[in-house]
Amino acid sequence: MGSHCLKSIPVPHLDMPPFTDGALSNRDFLRSVFLSMLRARILENKLSSLYKAGKIFGGVYLGRGQEAVSATLGTALIQGTDIFAPLIRDQAGRTAFGEPLLDCTRTYLGSVQGPMRGRDGNIHRGRPKSGIPVMISHLGSQVSVVAGMLFARRLQGRLAGCVGATCVGDGATSTGAFHEGINLAAVEKLPLVLIVANNQFAYSTPNHRQFACADLVERARGYGIGGFAVDGTDLLACASVITEAIRRARQGLGPQMVVARLLRLSGHGEHDDAFYVPKEVCDDHYGRDCLDVAMRQLVENGIATPEEIHVWQDQIAEEVQRAVAQAQQETPPDPYNEDWTALATRFPLLVRQSATPPVCP
Amino acid sequence: MSVTYIEAIREAQETLLRNDPRVFLYGQDIATFGGAFKATKGLAEMFPQRVFDSPISEDAMIGLAVGAAIEGLRPIVEMQFADFSSIAFNQIVNQAATHFYRTGMPIPITVRLPSGGTAGSGPFHSQSMEGIYAQYPGLVVLTPATVSDAYHMLIDAVALDDPVIFCEHKFLYRWLKAKSINGDLLPIGQARIIRPGKHATVVAYSAMVHEAVRAADHLQQDGWNIEVVDLRSVKPLDIDTVLASVARTGRLLAVGEAFPWGGVTAEVVARVTEEGFHLLDAPPQRLNARDTPVPYHPKLWAAHRPTPESICQALRKLLTF
Repeated sequence: MGSHCLKSIPVPHLDMPPFTDGALSNRDFLRSVFLSMLRARILENKLSSLYKAGKIFGGVYLGRGQEAVSATLGTALIQGTDIFAPLIRDQAGRTAFGEPLLDCTRTYLGSVQGPMRGRDGNIHRGRPKSGIPVMISHLGSQVSVVAGMLFARRLQGRLAGCVGATCVGDGATSTGAFHEGINLAAVEKLPLVLIVANNQFAYSTPNHRQFACADLVERARGYGIGGFAVDGTDLLACASVITEAIRRARQGLGPQMVVARLLRLSGHGEHDDAFYVPKEVCDDHYGRDCLDVAMRQLVENGIATPEEIHVWQDQIAEEVQRAVAQAQQETPPDPYNEDWTALATRFPLLVRQSATPPVCP
Repeated sequence: MSVTYIEAIREAQETLLRNDPRVFLYGQDIATFGGAFKATKGLAEMFPQRVFDSPISEDAMIGLAVGAAIEGLRPIVEMQFADFSSIAFNQIVNQAATHFYRTGMPIPITVRLPSGGTAGSGPFHSQSMEGIYAQYPGLVVLTPATVSDAYHMLIDAVALDDPVIFCEHKFLYRWLKAKSINGDLLPIGQARIIRPGKHATVVAYSAMVHEAVRAADHLQQDGWNIEVVDLRSVKPLDIDTVLASVARTGRLLAVGEAFPWGGVTAEVVARVTEEGFHLLDAPPQRLNARDTPVPYHPKLWAAHRPTPESICQALRKLLTF
């Protein structure tokens, strides 16, 4: 194992080894990633409008500027095999990993048919049975949960070929849960891929008030895990580096951490205008929009034409409209018919008949 | 031939590991060392790859257990001391306890908390956390007071689909012995009248059950017949058994070892007042630890928690109201 601090990223070429071990060519992989980026952006623009129109209960939290990182991860992971624990800014990764748009619109709009049935909202959603655990708001706390899922699969003899991935931001790296979770995963040498999207601001707090190391990727060495740095605004770089991290985890080389540098192109939530982000930070290299970069890379490399992309935009806008309209037509939760119990067990239990301790099936 | 409370807990874990392939044990120093209190002695050798030492990471220990439960396993996590579960508080109350309500998928984990005070243990190895966890929806909180309950309730805890906080009392570990683990096999959620009486009801749980029985035995010499109810489970709380007892005695004293502000005794008194005010012949009373950290010195510690003497005193006041 050991630490691999790939600070200078080789410029990726499309004829490099395949990004995934699956059936997708690099060309198809990049088209797939880009579609998820586009789908997330268009969906989130719609969510923002709905929020501003007062149609959404609670907050709206966007992944704008983080789509290249998130979608690359979600596309490279294998649905039905791998685990993906998304965080607040992973709409693109969720979409890429197969979460239906309706899960998003139903949860934001409070439809009882959504996976959270109105009991939780916005980005607090998932399908744990399908390898998408549901985040809580306490940052860093999904790391050990994914580690536990992988640990269980090892005990059950079904870990081979699986990886588990989760995403955090720069802010979460300051939590005890983050430290405990990575250290535990490293001790157990679990196939965990940890994406740190360093978007430079934790809510309003800039990096220099969050950590004092020169680069967060240096922490990988301390944990005894693989470490990669990548320009999170560069789709080709993300595709190259994130897939390599996943490959190493899948090969049994233990946890891999990827620190992606980028800028959050929104407020913390749509209630926040991010006035605290200095103009020079916005104008900096990392302030560029990963979607524009990706579009240019696809066109320049002959992976997609501008016309195709326009058609995709129209198609996705239509999909998004349908997902919003359907969720809006659906029934909200009914407090009079809500099952107001937090326990799966229904007490009182019957008196046991036998003195023999129960043998579980 | 006798069985101690801690041996019962060890036996239960052995039974669980033997009978249920979904069960594994995770905690600090529990494998080769057998646990700080030897609750897992020998189990790592008997069940290779089922008993694991964890790093000193209470938060990640529960996170791991939640993840394992999502994947279909039934982990038992040993906190070295209940006090240290404060580090895992977030994962317990926010991750594990909310999961079923939010997603419909239950999280069957059992968190063993070596709880309560012993002489010389001081502020950070003596706490009683049951009231704090019981406050949160989505948790079952168990407080066995007998050897039989320590065994059977741990077996039951693992069978439950919900996260269980299993508060085992450190003072009872080696002090409490029984002829065997056989008992009355009450289900979780049912309290036990451990000593029948007619003049007053003492509601207690965990180690305080034994202190209450001693106090009751003492008052017997003066002709008072004190009924002692062992809650066994503080959540769910069997208020029906408590109300039925108060209906017979007309007087209530709730005794707990936890800090006095709120908590289990306050809940018992509130519910009896709410649902059984007409049954009471005297104002219901509570007796708890003092409102300071648990002190180190045995003399201070003995005066910090309820004792048979202070329970007697509280009962005399209640009986002569």
